Amino acid sequence: MLSRRAFFKTSGALVVSFASPGFTTETLAQAKPGLVPSELDSWIAVLPTGQVQAFFGKMDMGQGLDIAVAQIVAEELDVGFDKVEVVMGDTATSCNQGGASGSTGVSNGARLLRRAAAEARRVLVERAAKHLDAPVSQLSVQDGVITGPARKVTYAELIGGKYFHHQVEWNKLTGNPMDIKVPAKEKAPADYKVVGKPLARRDVAWKVFGTDDFVTDVRVKEMLHARVIRPPRAACKARSVDQASIKAVPGARVVREKDFVAVVAPREWDAVRAAQMLKVDWHALDGAFPGSDKLYDHIRAAAVVKREEPVKRGDVSSAFERAAKILAAEYEWPMQSHASMGPACAVAHVDGERCTVWTGSQKPHYVQYGVAKLLGVPTQNVRAIWVTGPGSYGRNDAGDAALDAAFLSKVTGKPVRVQGMRADGTAWDPKGPACVHRARAALDASGNVIAYEFIAKGFSRQHIATNESDPADSLVGQFTGIPPKGTQIFGVPAESYGFENKLLAWETIAPLVESCSPLRTGHLRDPVGPEIHFGSEQFIDEVALAAGADPVEFRLKHLTNPRHQAVVRAVAEKSGWKNLKNRGIAFAERNGTAVAVVAQVEVERSSGRLWARRLWVAHDCGLVINPLQLRLTIEGNVVQGLSRTLHEEVRFDRDSVTSVDWASYPILEMPDTPESIEIVLIDRPELPPTGAGEPTIRVVPAAVANALYSATGRRARRAPLNPERIKSLLA
Amino acid sequence: MPTYRFRVDGKNVSVHSEAEMPLLYALRNDLGLNNPHFGCGLAQCGACTVHLDGEPVRACVMPVSAAAGKTVTTIKGLGTPAKPHPLQAAYVAEQVPQCGYCVNGWIMTAAAVLKRNPRASEAELRDSLAGLKCRCGTHVSIMRAIKRAQQQMA
Repeated sequence: MLSRRAFFKTSGALVVSFASPGFTTETLAQAKPGLVPSELDSWIAVLPTGQVQAFFGKMDMGQGLDIAVAQIVAEELDVGFDKVEVVMGDTATSCNQGGASGSTGVSNGARLLRRAAAEARRVLVERAAKHLDAPVSQLSVQDGVITGPARKVTYAELIGGKYFHHQVEWNKLTGNPMDIKVPAKEKAPADYKVVGKPLARRDVAWKVFGTDDFVTDVRVKEMLHARVIRPPRAACKARSVDQASIKAVPGARVVREKDFVAVVAPREWDAVRAAQMLKVDWHALDGAFPGSDKLYDHIRAAAVVKREEPVKRGDVSSAFERAAKILAAEYEWPMQSHASMGPACAVAHVDGERCTVWTGSQKPHYVQYGVAKLLGVPTQNVRAIWVTGPGSYGRNDAGDAALDAAFLSKVTGKPVRVQGMRADGTAWDPKGPACVHRARAALDASGNVIAYEFIAKGFSRQHIATNESDPADSLVGQFTGIPPKGTQIFGVPAESYGFENKLLAWETIAPLVESCSPLRTGHLRDPVGPEIHFGSEQFIDEVALAAGADPVEFRLKHLTNPRHQAVVRAVAEKSGWKNLKNRGIAFAERNGTAVAVVAQVEVERSSGRLWARRLWVAHDCGLVINPLQLRLTIEGNVVQGLSRTLHEEVRFDRDSVTSVDWASYPILEMPDTPESIEIVLIDRPELPPTGAGEPTIRVVPAAVANALYSATGRRARRAPLNPERIKSLLA
Repeated sequence: MPTYRFRVDGKNVSVHSEAEMPLLYALRNDLGLNNPHFGCGLAQCGACTVHLDGEPVRACVMPVSAAAGKTVTTIKGLGTPAKPHPLQAAYVAEQVPQCGYCVNGWIMTAAAVLKRNPRASEAELRDSLAGLKCRCGTHVSIMRAIKRAQQQMA
């Protein structure tokens, strides 16, 4: 197979390049059906070698999703796992299944590949019946070989290198809701041979040996290097740009359109230093922000733009009136940054009315839409190619880099590579929204909970959309004058506590600065999950304490969903909850996945260091496709969750974001890494798989905060639980 | 612009550049060596780490002029798929990377730590790896891999 590096060398033109010798675009170009979800050929290809390609329209971001897809396709198609290659991230070879989004890679994404593979098998068996002159009922399939009573034939012999030209039923939707239906019946889980196995990933070796490319390594002939100049303060207008200030840098020049300012140069170092030297007269709006020390006062006082009450049961207010005891608490969570491992990078080559863009975005199909709209060309004239980037956990700065690169390539007439400096990834990425949650519970004289209320209030999780399909949601769009649209949405706790009178509501407030803001809010891993459950799952402990109940027993008593109870029970058992000291538990659901975490902490009073030393997780996401990669995905969730719980807070003053690098936006490092994370996977082969990329991260914060309470008797109602805050809590 | 001559992964190279240009840009752009990575440009994350005469340095802040006459080793010089460094083999065995952008920093740093102190305790390993970043949160498997490599090297 062609290596990815070789692929790049050949992919300047808009051609679909199949990764197999002797099976080229040229020989098949005439016969290729359109890349539409209703064609089986859009999903599955059998190569002359018998290798199978599965074209996946979602994205693996390093958690082994592509391996799960390969297992599912191998299973349904009855070919060896090693024969299946998952092709993803290229708008020329896959349909838009929504990219990486909401941990739906297996549930929404692989479901379609499963059906397509089953249908491909059915079609091939039917064709084999004719070929072998035997009824379908007398045929069996093993590893791509169809055996009849007298003879056998391989998939490769039947269709290798040719197209199916077979229709499947598409629901006409694009993105996450895209679905297909097929006549073929999928295998029963009891018959699985490949699904459920702990198989290894295929992208590990090249990352460890440095033998293949990240998006930062894409180089196109004659490309220019660019650095975009973000203003030093919020809500800035570029009054003038002093071109002469970079004249000492050979080849460097300024690109400016309204308030969008960039420098380009043939050499990267020249672009970097020209960006540092360039003098821009920025007109700043004074006092755009409240300052991070006044953030929560601002949120409390801000007018509510939108309110929803997704859970409303019984009569909450009258129950509060007859309460013997009322508990009330508020919980605060800060703005947080994606702070991906490297600032985003993209390369774009605008060639007349066409454009190719190489991007690390987790939603390359939406990059295609956004770039086309920005350039004013038809969508099909843009090809977006995902190349592994420096991490992605939502709508980070990758989408901005892609559109920046396309814009600069159009203006300069050359291929352009854009990479941010550290502050572009930390200060200027879309932020997870800050919020304040108000919780109340009413108890009767016997300590029974007679009313429960949790109201989340914060900045919208989608002031910047979940993807970059519209330039209005990009920095280049906004700096060139396109106003953001903004959607108002937040969320509520996801649980099944059966309190009789219950209200779960959310309220959003307006952004601090409407456009061109470094504090624009958007999706960060498990959008508003850690934020909300930091409050709700601590409050459950506070209510349990008031009711005189053990936190585990209290949850088991009130959770009404048996799967929810099962993870709580499992994690309590695994952790030895009853005899564990300095421990806390938290539970939540996320779109069908139930997860409970127990944390055991150590608190060092002198330094304020809180170490989550041991953690236990019980995780139920239905059918387990690959337990090895699932465990590693959960571990990553736990550690990233600890980082957000213990360290992460975007700071800002009246004018600027002051969290600009790893010193001013610290994250968890090795000395604070847990000693152990023990995971119980509850496999439910009878239930369809749900997501695992995000659920665990939402329960980590409250588990740690509850453990802090267990260890010290102090309740942490504001995140992060950094040394400074722990010291003040214990003072 | 002056010319700087040094060795990278066993080969003699020369780079024409301003003295103050960070070594990282020379390695990546002038010499086409894609690992090390730009992570912060501030020596705060480790993604750009290379060995300079055997010692780990942050190539994003090290001027190219400081490499003149010296020996640079990148992760490609540390080991290959055919002849992997024990840390690379352990990383594969433990399936460590997620996005993989930080791998260079951890392996290059840990290789130097284990060379200097082959019997480093867990606490010593943890302290010696402070300052490196991994945003995907693979720290637990990084420790598993380092301990696996340490055992193999013993």
